[in-house]
Amino acid sequence: MNSYNMNYVFLGLFFLGAMVVPLLPIVLARFVAPKRNGPIKTAPYECGMISSGDPWVQFKMQYYIFAILFVVFDVEALFLFPWAVVFKETGVEGLAAIGIFIGILAIGLVYAWQEGALEWED
Amino acid sequence: MGGLIPPWLLTLFWFVLKMTVILALAPVGMMYMTWLERKVMARMQDRIGPNRVGPYGLLQPLADGIKMLTKEDIVPTGADALCHLMSPIVIVVPALCLFTLLPFGPGLTAAPLTTGLLLFVALGSTSTLALFMGGWSSRSIFPLLGAVRNAAQLIAYEVPFVLTLAAVPMIVGSLNMQEIVRAQQASGWFIFTPWGFFAFILLMTAGLAEVNRTPFDLPEAESEIVGGFHTEYSGMKFALWYMAEYLSTLALGCLLTVLFFGGWTGPRIAFLPLPVEDVFWTALKVFMLVFSMIWVRGTFPRFRVDQLMGLAWKVLIPMSLANLLGAAVWYLVPGAVGIAFSFFLAAGTFLVTTQLWLKPKPQLTTKWVDQSA
Repeated sequence: MNSYNMNYVFLGLFFLGAMVVPLLPIVLARFVAPKRNGPIKTAPYECGMISSGDPWVQFKMQYYIFAILFVVFDVEALFLFPWAVVFKETGVEGLAAIGIFIGILAIGLVYAWQEGALEWED
Repeated sequence: MGGLIPPWLLTLFWFVLKMTVILALAPVGMMYMTWLERKVMARMQDRIGPNRVGPYGLLQPLADGIKMLTKEDIVPTGADALCHLMSPIVIVVPALCLFTLLPFGPGLTAAPLTTGLLLFVALGSTSTLALFMGGWSSRSIFPLLGAVRNAAQLIAYEVPFVLTLAAVPMIVGSLNMQEIVRAQQASGWFIFTPWGFFAFILLMTAGLAEVNRTPFDLPEAESEIVGGFHTEYSGMKFALWYMAEYLSTLALGCLLTVLFFGGWTGPRIAFLPLPVEDVFWTALKVFMLVFSMIWVRGTFPRFRVDQLMGLAWKVLIPMSLANLLGAAVWYLVPGAVGIAFSFFLAAGTFLVTTQLWLKPKPQLTTKWVDQSA
């Protein structure tokens, strides 16, 4: 294993080591903090009212179209980064190629805007 | 030295040292950021702020920590207890990992990956998942609302954040953060280029939304939905939510320093040894950026949810695309023509998308009134 790949080993170990930072105080609090639970104390908070209805129900996602647009643009970003790294070598030709790609997606954004998909409905 | 200690032991020792330094310093930095924020906010609101615990209230974060530790941990009835416990851990660990990728001096990166910038974005965006876990697992109305708002907001602001970010590796030709700073050492800070200026503003805006800070803190809007996703959290788990938020704000400040303010570069200070000086300049720039984030919090009111989504999709995304093109033209056409073109392209996009000339004053909407009637 070369010294560059050791960076990934370090990141993996760091990920495990970093677990200590949130876990240590949580475990410590188990011993230090009082435990006096009651039905009223553990009731879901609703400004003092008795909570009515289960929140785990199906509800309307207002941003359904936003989520689809997000997928489009995030994949675009994925294609953009490899191009960005080699931009200096590809120059004008690379710019033209990525320009066409982004241009198509930009037209899509303008279309979505025109259709009113970017308006937040309430 | 190679003969006495086996190389694997040396590597392990080096790993543990780096790990300990980051895991010890990042929470301390975060604690003093809370102190700074409370002090600065207090001054802006004509108050004094914490001043009882220690000189200038400097021990206040420690006192807060002890208080949080002794508070009862409440899990609401019917909640998914495992998910409720896991979500603060899921958000804190990636926030800590961000600091391994950041350079604080030449060679002073814990994990100097060639894809550092990309991994930074990837780790930063995991907070969406943790926040939704926390909000959903509480089985309560307000946290759920906070979680749903959070998902919408982070989805919207992730796109301009990533698209704007691509301008920097374009000009540098590398995703390695060390290389990004070295390129600025050679050519001057990117904040002084037209595309860098706009990219900084865009990243600052989108970044504040990514870390849920005040003009964009709808997921935890305390005046509307109590505490948002962390309404049902108490004690140490609640403190961990705050820890993650401040850690990622600090990491955002570091990222902006590296990308636009030349990282560790600065005038030589004669009496400081070189590594200390590098860290000093980095820390000073991060401090200035964090201060301006607190300043933003002290100045701007919270966005309304439709304004929030509109700003991301209708202003920031078109601007970030225009800014990419501007950066490309700035690089390909040297001299005043390129500078002027890239400046007017981004500025023009801002004017067109915000339609400032059409709406000189923000119009009052009657939508909300109609619904209740």
